[in-house]
Amino acid sequence: MGADGREVERAGPAVTAGAPIAAARGLCSCHVCQLVSRRTGNGRVAHCPRCGARLHFRRPGSVQRCWALVIASYILYIPANALIMMETGSLITYRKDTIVSGVVHLWKTGSWMIAVIVFIASVAIPLLKLFSLTLLLISVQRRSTWNPRQRTRLYRLVEAVGRWSMLDIYVVTLLAALVQLGSMATVKAGPAAVAFGAVVVLTMFATMEFEPRLIWDPLQKEEFHD
Amino acid sequence: MTDRTAQLIACHECDLLQRDIQLNPGCYASCPRCGAVLYRNATDSVDRTLAYTLAAAMVFLGANVFPIFSIEVQGDRSAITLFGAVLSLWDQGMRSISLLVFLTAMVAPAVELVSITYLLLPLKLGKVPPSYPLFMRVLQFIEPWGMVEVLMLGVLVSLVKLTHNFRVIPGMALWSFAVLTLLLAAAAASFNARDIWGQMDARWKEQAPQ
Repeated sequence: MGADGREVERAGPAVTAGAPIAAARGLCSCHVCQLVSRRTGNGRVAHCPRCGARLHFRRPGSVQRCWALVIASYILYIPANALIMMETGSLITYRKDTIVSGVVHLWKTGSWMIAVIVFIASVAIPLLKLFSLTLLLISVQRRSTWNPRQRTRLYRLVEAVGRWSMLDIYVVTLLAALVQLGSMATVKAGPAAVAFGAVVVLTMFATMEFEPRLIWDPLQKEEFHD
Repeated sequence: MTDRTAQLIACHECDLLQRDIQLNPGCYASCPRCGAVLYRNATDSVDRTLAYTLAAAMVFLGANVFPIFSIEVQGDRSAITLFGAVLSLWDQGMRSISLLVFLTAMVAPAVELVSITYLLLPLKLGKVPPSYPLFMRVLQFIEPWGMVEVLMLGVLVSLVKLTHNFRVIPGMALWSFAVLTLLLAAAAASFNARDIWGQMDARWKEQAPQ
């Protein structure tokens, strides 16, 4: 990290001709501070001249790590939906709800708006995330050139909505902490909450690990690594 | 700031190399190839972000100190604060969930608020805070994990669920969370990382002896 000896490309050629890709010109955009600098010292570890972060043309091992996280999420998604998310007990009734049966119960008892919100956050978004990441990973591995703009938008959507699936975790936490009135009424968090929480965290890491620039690389003749 | 217009920028989503142009306040630049937002020029970025952040920090304290809501059943009253809920879940044996809620609803927003203040307050006073790249990095890492707005929705959903069976009394923290959600969104909208890197860089070079 230092102001001296830093090499920054300034006022390059007109950027309209073709599609000038930073990596194709030996330029590297820092993933922390976005400074574009020339990577010097071939084969050696390069650091950003401004912030000192390690420079990579493409995040190394991104596809493999993203696959690992996605597969782990698929596996955990099964107990997250099969096991009990929340137990609700009172003097009269005792219910054990999975994520889906909780949504159905909300719908039947007339809270259809809440049912829709919980359905989107707990069922639709996790599935959207998993299927989208799978689609993106497969298309990137096959070096597909199909509709890169739409696939980038899909990635952006996954990135933006991912956090909202934490909703059910917060609801369970608040209810389980508040409704502890002995025999009068109790709410307990079930084992599915742990699995579901793990799915949310793992899919968020998977989304961060995915490298959207890989979607665009097949349009180039060169291949970029590290 | 003289070389700002001449600088190159590579799109973080498709790596297209482009020239950084000066934007009018309130405008943003997007990548012509993939449509990603490259950078924005938020009006009075530093001042506004700092103001929203300091306000958010105060509201954040309130949101954590006061109870979110309480319920009443036959004279039995039960109230919770956010941290109370985290502790209660820990005691019930759901430690991973308790930790997850603690980290995403309390630690991450707190780190975010502290980092922004640490970076912007000295910058506003014309100084460069020590090891600012580290804090910029922390901020970038922690940002996706702060989920106050999701928690806010969770509070509302719980509220509706509870009103079926109990008399629910909203607490001070409920309003605090609502205000906090707005303030954090406003702070995020006016924060301009690219500009801060540029300013820090320029100041740092001024201060450094030759």
